[in-house]
Amino acid sequence: MKAIVNISLKNGVLDSQGKAVHHALDALKFKDVNDVRVGKQIVLDLNASSKEAAQKEVEEMCEALLANTVIEDYDVEILA
Amino acid sequence: MNVAVILFPGTNCDIDTKYAFEKLGHDVQIIWHKEEKVPSNIDLVVIAGGFSYGDYLRSGAIARFSPIVEGIKAYADKGGKVLGICNGFQILTEAGLLPGALKRNIGLHFISKYHHLKVNNTDNVFLQKLQVGDILNIPIAHADGNYYADETTIKKLHENGQVILQYCDKEGNIDNPNGSLDSIAGISNEAKNVFGLMPHPERAIEAILGSTDGIKMLEGIAS
Repeated sequence: MKAIVNISLKNGVLDSQGKAVHHALDALKFKDVNDVRVGKQIVLDLNASSKEAAQKEVEEMCEALLANTVIEDYDVEILA
Repeated sequence: MNVAVILFPGTNCDIDTKYAFEKLGHDVQIIWHKEEKVPSNIDLVVIAGGFSYGDYLRSGAIARFSPIVEGIKAYADKGGKVLGICNGFQILTEAGLLPGALKRNIGLHFISKYHHLKVNNTDNVFLQKLQVGDILNIPIAHADGNYYADETTIKKLHENGQVILQYCDKEGNIDNPNGSLDSIAGISNEAKNVFGLMPHPERAIEAILGSTDGIKMLEGIAS
């Protein structure tokens, strides 16, 4: 079973990388962009018994290590 | 005083830090991160700067699961003095020994230069040889030094006198190199026995290297 974890800075926490990318896109004449957020993706290969068990386990991983919940939000997607 | 300098894979300021405290007349031992306890004779634990675990995932994120960190937590819980410099500060926030987090610098660059700091509070066991308002010139060298905490935490830090150092210019006006909220360069925990700062006082102890302003800071920390 595969789990995809997307981690990004919380809303309200300034994302300097997103701002820089936005600025660069603007310089390249991509004028249609309202906002850019840069995050990271972690892909896990799991031996979980069910989707629910995998979801729970990966959320625990996010709280313990994968995300720093002081500044980051995470989103877990389990692929069968 | 007996000082322990903690060494993780990727720490690179351990020898400088040892040298600085030895120069001030202290006994220093370097402790490998696989150790589980802080030796009982230690008066000060220093988590030195560097790039523990290559800064993988986030600066300090992996180091905080090393066995010695539990030992440091137990030591701090009993009132032991803990100092985290640069990556040491990052590890202390990741480990929950200090509030907040260190984000990527606002300009995204690694910054390595001398920068002035203002002493904001001396009501702690660390800055015993300095006065509020003192201005120090001490190098910074980091990519992730942009201090962040939520509004409530920042307010609490100010109210409790936990904001110990702020970045400033040589006249003492706020001058923020990395985007830190309220220009914060160093904070303590609520009990004021754990201190983390991004600047490197151990690199400002000899005139030939540009500044000796780190001496008074380190003397106070180890007093």
